[in-house]
Amino acid sequence: MIRLEKRPEASQLMSYASPLIAIVLMLIGGLLLFAFLGKNPIEGFKVFFINPISDLYGVSELLLKATPLMLIAVGLAVGFRANVWNIGAEGQLIVGGIAASAVALYFYESEGIHILILMVIAGAIGGMLWAAIPAFLKTRFNTNEILVSLMLVYVAQLLVSWLVHGPMMDPDGFNFPQSRMFEDPALLPLLSDENRLNFAFVMAIGALLVGYVFMYRSFAGFQMQVAGYAKDAARYAGFSAKRMIWIGLLSGGGMAGLAGMSEVAGPMGQLTEHVSNNYGFAAIIVAFVARLNPVGIFFASLLMALLYLGGEQAQQYLALPSSISNVFQGMLLMFLLGSDVFINYRIRWKEATA
Amino acid sequence: MTLIKITTKKIALAVLAMAMTGTSLAADNVGFVYVSPIGDAGWTYQHDLGRLQLEKETGVTTSYVENVAEGADAERVIREMAKRGDKVIFATSFGYMNYALKVSKKFPKTAFVHATGYKLGKNMGLVNARFYEGRYLTGVIAGEMTKSNILGYVAAFPIPEVLQGINAFIKGARSVNPEAELRVIWVNSWYDPGKERQAAITLISQGADMVTHHTDSTAVVQAAEEEGVYAFGYHSDMSKYGPRAHLTATTHLWGDYYVQTIKQVQEGTWTPVSVWGGYPRGMIKLSPLNDVIPEALQNRISTMESQLRERTLHPFAGPVIDQSGSTIVPAGKNMTDDELNKMNYYLQGVVSTIPN
Repeated sequence: MIRLEKRPEASQLMSYASPLIAIVLMLIGGLLLFAFLGKNPIEGFKVFFINPISDLYGVSELLLKATPLMLIAVGLAVGFRANVWNIGAEGQLIVGGIAASAVALYFYESEGIHILILMVIAGAIGGMLWAAIPAFLKTRFNTNEILVSLMLVYVAQLLVSWLVHGPMMDPDGFNFPQSRMFEDPALLPLLSDENRLNFAFVMAIGALLVGYVFMYRSFAGFQMQVAGYAKDAARYAGFSAKRMIWIGLLSGGGMAGLAGMSEVAGPMGQLTEHVSNNYGFAAIIVAFVARLNPVGIFFASLLMALLYLGGEQAQQYLALPSSISNVFQGMLLMFLLGSDVFINYRIRWKEATA
Repeated sequence: MTLIKITTKKIALAVLAMAMTGTSLAADNVGFVYVSPIGDAGWTYQHDLGRLQLEKETGVTTSYVENVAEGADAERVIREMAKRGDKVIFATSFGYMNYALKVSKKFPKTAFVHATGYKLGKNMGLVNARFYEGRYLTGVIAGEMTKSNILGYVAAFPIPEVLQGINAFIKGARSVNPEAELRVIWVNSWYDPGKERQAAITLISQGADMVTHHTDSTAVVQAAEEEGVYAFGYHSDMSKYGPRAHLTATTHLWGDYYVQTIKQVQEGTWTPVSVWGGYPRGMIKLSPLNDVIPEALQNRISTMESQLRERTLHPFAGPVIDQSGSTIVPAGKNMTDDELNKMNYYLQGVVSTIPN
C-alpha cells in the first residue's frame, strides 16, 4: 500500500529537486512520445534538443527567444512571491510595445540615442499603466486581479489591432495592418553582426540581477515574501498590503512592457498585431519552474525557449505537427505540478493488512 | 572505350557544374511556411494541396512548418530552411514579408516567393491570386437566386484584397439584379469561428438569404446550413460543412504555379517577378456548383468562366460607381491593377460603411 503523508515541514530539498525531476520526466515522456509516433527516439531527441543549438547562430536565437521570457518572469516573480497573481503580462507586453512604437514613430527620420532611451521608458511605463488598472481595482474595490489582468489581455489585443489598422498604420503599406519599419535609431543595437541577438539580452540579465537584489537583499522584498508565506503575520508586522499589491503588479507590468519594447525594437522592427507570441503566458510557466528565483528564471527561460526552437526543428526534420512544442510544455508543467506534491507530502509504504 | 570516356567526362562535367552552382539535384528540397495548421479547409489547406501536387508532379521533396506566427519567429524558420539548402522557399502569408526579404538578402542563391505582399527582392518573387474573379461569379449567382435582395458578407479587415472581393461580389450581383444590396460585418480577425458565426446570424436575421465570408473558418457556411439560407464558401470547397446551403466556393489553386516555379528554378530561368494570377493561370476556380442552381444559370456561369479565362470578361469593367455615386472607372475602360491595389471604398449597392 502506498500512502501520501503530510510532511511536518515543507521539504526544502524537494522544492528545488522538483523542477529537475519534472525536466527529466519530460525528457523521458518525450522519448516515449517520439517512439509512439514512429520516430527514432534518439534521433528525435537530437533534432529537438541538440540541433537548435548546434552552432553559434542557434545559441544566439535561443538567447533571443529567452530574453522576453526572462524579463517578464522576473517581474512576475516579484508579485507571485507575495501572492499577487498577475496573469495579464501578455497584455502588458502589448501595451509596452505600443508605447515604445509610438515613440519610434513620433521620432521617425530623426537621430539620437534619446529615441531608444525614451522607447525603453515608454515601454516600461506602458506596461505599468496596463498593470495599474488591476492594481487600482484590487486596492480600491478588492476585485480579483487574476480576472482583471487576464481580461485586459484581450482589450490590449484589440487595442493594438485597432492601432495598426488605423492611427499607426504604415501610410505607404497598401492598407496592410502594420506600422512603418523603424529606422536604425529606434532599433536596439545588435550584439554581433552575425545574428539577431540585441541589447535587450543585456537588459534581461540586468533585470535578473536587480530582481535578485530586490527579492533577497531588500526590506521590501522581505516584506513581500513574508506576505506570501503568512498574510496575517505581515499585517501584524504593519506591512502595507496595498503597497505590496502595487509593487507586485507594477513590477510585472513594467518588465512585460520592457519585453514588448524589446520585441518591436528588436527582431520585429515594427509594430504589428503579432507583437506578442504568448510570451506573457509562457513566462508564468517559467516563473514557476524557476521557483520564483532569478537564477532559476535564467535557466528555465532557456529551457522554455529551447522547447519552441526544438518544435520548429521537429516539424522541419521529423515532419511532426506544430503542436509538439505545446505537448512538451504541457508535460513540463504537469510533471512539475505532480512532483510539487512531494514538497508538502511524502510517500509512506505500508504493509497491506488483510 | 570512347563511349565510356565520354560518359565519364559528362559525369565529371555534371559534377563540376553542380559543385560550381553549389547545388545538387538529389538534394533539392522546397520549403513551405504556413501561418496556421493545415486543417481540412482554408487558406493554408489550399497551399498544402499545392505542395502535394508539386511533390507528385515534379518529384522534388518538400517540407513545411505550420502555425508559424507572423512575428520574429518567422525569420528563424525561413533562415533554417535556407541554411540547410532548400532551393525554393514559399512564405505563404502576408506577415512574413519583411522577414523573408531579410533572409533572402543573406542567401542570394535561394529562390524565395512571398504570397500576398508587395516587396520584391533580388531573389524574392511575389505571388497572389485574383480572388475577386471568383467573387464576381458568386455575386452573379447570388443576384439571380436571392429572394430578399439582401446579401450578407462577413469580412476580416478592410485591406484592398478584401474590398476587391466585396465589391466584385456586389458588382456581379447588380449586373443581374439592380435591386440587390449587400451588408458587410467586419469581425476584425482572420480566424474566429465564434465571431464569424455571430456575424452570419446577424446578417441572416437582417434578411440576408445569401451569405459569404472572407475569413478562414467554415462557421459562416455552417450557420447558413442551420438557418436555412444559402452560402458561398471561400478558400476551399466547404460543401461538406453545409451540403444544402453551400452553392459553390471561390477556391485557390496554387499547385500549377508551384510546379511552374520549381521547373523554372531547375532550368535556371526563374526571375523574381510579381505574379497576380486568376482564371487565365488556373489559380482561381469555383468548386462544383450545387444542384439547386438552375441549369440555365449554371451554363451562364460556365460561359463566364471561359470568358474570364480568355480575358474577355473583367469584373471591374466600367462603369464602376462607388457608394457615393461618383464614377471610379468610366464605361469602356477596365480598372487597372494599380487602382485595384489601392481600393479603399465600397461600390454602389453596399449599404454598410467602412470602419475608420
